Amino acid sequence: MSWDISKIDKWTWKDHPPGAVIKDPGNSRQFKTGGWRTLRPIRDEEICNQCLICFMFCPDSAIKAEGEKITTFDLDFCKGCGICAEECPQNAIEMVDEAEVQDTVE
Amino acid sequence: MVIAKSNTLALQGTEAVALAMKQINPDMVAAYPITPQTEIVQGFSQFVADGDVDTHLVNVESEHSAMSACIGGAAAGGRVMTATSSQGLALMWELLYIASGLRLPIVMPNVNRALSAPINIHCDHSDSMGARDAGWIHLFSENAQEAYDNTLQAVRISEHPQVRLPAMVMLDGFIISHSLDRMESLEDSTAKEFVDVFKPEFSLLDAKTPTCIGAFDGLYGYFFEFKRQQEEAMRNAFQVVKDVGQEYGELTGRSYGVFEALGLEDAEFAIIVLGSAAGTVRHEVECMRSRGIPIGMIKLRLFRPFPAKELVEAVSHLKAVAVFDRSDTFAGGMGGPVFTDLRSAFYESEKKPLMVNYIYGLGGRDLPVELINKAATELQQVAQSGQVKEKINYLGLKE
Repeated sequence: MSWDISKIDKWTWKDHPPGAVIKDPGNSRQFKTGGWRTLRPIRDEEICNQCLICFMFCPDSAIKAEGEKITTFDLDFCKGCGICAEECPQNAIEMVDEAEVQDTVE
Repeated sequence: MVIAKSNTLALQGTEAVALAMKQINPDMVAAYPITPQTEIVQGFSQFVADGDVDTHLVNVESEHSAMSACIGGAAAGGRVMTATSSQGLALMWELLYIASGLRLPIVMPNVNRALSAPINIHCDHSDSMGARDAGWIHLFSENAQEAYDNTLQAVRISEHPQVRLPAMVMLDGFIISHSLDRMESLEDSTAKEFVDVFKPEFSLLDAKTPTCIGAFDGLYGYFFEFKRQQEEAMRNAFQVVKDVGQEYGELTGRSYGVFEALGLEDAEFAIIVLGSAAGTVRHEVECMRSRGIPIGMIKLRLFRPFPAKELVEAVSHLKAVAVFDRSDTFAGGMGGPVFTDLRSAFYESEKKPLMVNYIYGLGGRDLPVELINKAATELQQVAQSGQVKEKINYLGLKE
C-alpha cells in the first residue's frame, strides 16, 4: 500500500499507516517545514560573490542555485537557522525578523 | 478432535518459557539478567550455544538497551523476544511506549516481582500493572503450563495483522518461575507450525521498499491519530485472543479465552483473581461448592485489553464479587487495578453485584487456603446481608 501525503491534513485516524511508518521515500518534499522559521535570510546581491559556501552549508538544501549561481532561498523549507549568514565570507546574508519581513511584504 | 502429540515434562516456569522460546526460534533475543527472570534467558542461551536455535542473542548492558535492541530488531522485520522482571521492566519504561507506538509485535515474558522499595525479590504484580497503560497486551498465567502456552499464543496474537502490538506474558515470580511443575509440551515441529513465520508489514531491511520508522510526527501533529489506532488495535485484540486460544485448544486440548469461569451459573457470589493464586482459589472454591456453598470464580487471563463486556455479562447476576489484586494503585481508597477496572466496567450496568477488593500477596506475602476461606466467608456475608462493611481489604496484612 502507498500513502500519498499531499492531502495528509485531511486524513482521519483511519487513514494513517500504522506505527507512524513513512513508506514512500523522498516524500519530505511534500512536507513543508519552513513554518518553523522566525528569522529570514536576506541576501545582498551587490555584495555576494557567488562563492556558493552558503549553498554547501545549508542543512536543509533550502538555498537554490542554477548555473553555479545562487538564485533564491526556498522558504518552504528554510528554518531560519542562520548558518548561511554565519558562514558567508562576504557578510552578504542578513537574518531579519520574520514578522518584520512579512509586514514589509504585505 | 485430533490432539497433537505432546511430551509430559517436569519443568520450572522459567524452563517452560525458555522451551517455548526455543520452539518459537526468534530471529533475535536481547536481554539482561534480573531475578527471578534470569533463568529464562540463561536456559535460552544454552539453546543458542548448543545450536538448537538460529537466534541472534544480544547481551546488552541494561533492560533499557534490551528493549531498544528489540525495537531495532523488530523494525528491521525480525521476530524478536526478551524477558524481564520488576526493576528491569521499570528500566524499560520509555521503550515500552515506543514499541507499542511503532506497532512492533515484540513478545516479552515478564516474571512478576515487586518493585522496590523496600528491596524485595518476591512476587507481586506491581511491575506489570504499572505498565498497564503502555499499549501492550497483558496475558496472565496460572502455572508453568499456561506460561508455556501463553508464550506460544502471544506470538500469534501480537503479530496478527489486525493487532500488531507488543505482548507481555506474565508468570508469578518464584511461585511459577521457580517451582517444578508437570506440563505438556508440543513437539518442536508442531509448535513451529503453530507460530508460523513472521511476515512484517514493513521492514527496515526491505531495500526494495525503503521505509522510515520512528520519525518525528510533524509540526502539524498526527500523534493523536496514531494513539487512536493503537486503541483500535487493542479492541481488535479481543477476538484475536479468542480465535488463537480456540485454535490452540484444537491443537492441544487446552483451549483459552479471555478468562476462565467456574460455577458461575448457580453461584451467588464469586472471586475474581489472576495469576498463580487462581490455583489456590480454585481449590477453596471447589471445597466450598462441595459443601453446597454457592460460590464461583473467574480466573482472568487477559488484563490488557480489559474484557469488560464479557466480565459484566459473566458476573452481573451475582449478589457479590470479591476482586483479588496482587498490587495496589495507591489512589487513596480506590483499590487495586483489577478492582478499579471492574467497577468502571459496571458503571452502565443496571444489574451489578456488590464489590469488595482484597489486596493480597504484596512482596510475596503468602496466600494460604485459610485466608481465601476468610475472604470467601466475608464475601458470603456481604451477599447474604447486602451490606459492604469494608470495601478495600488487605488479606494477610499484619493488622
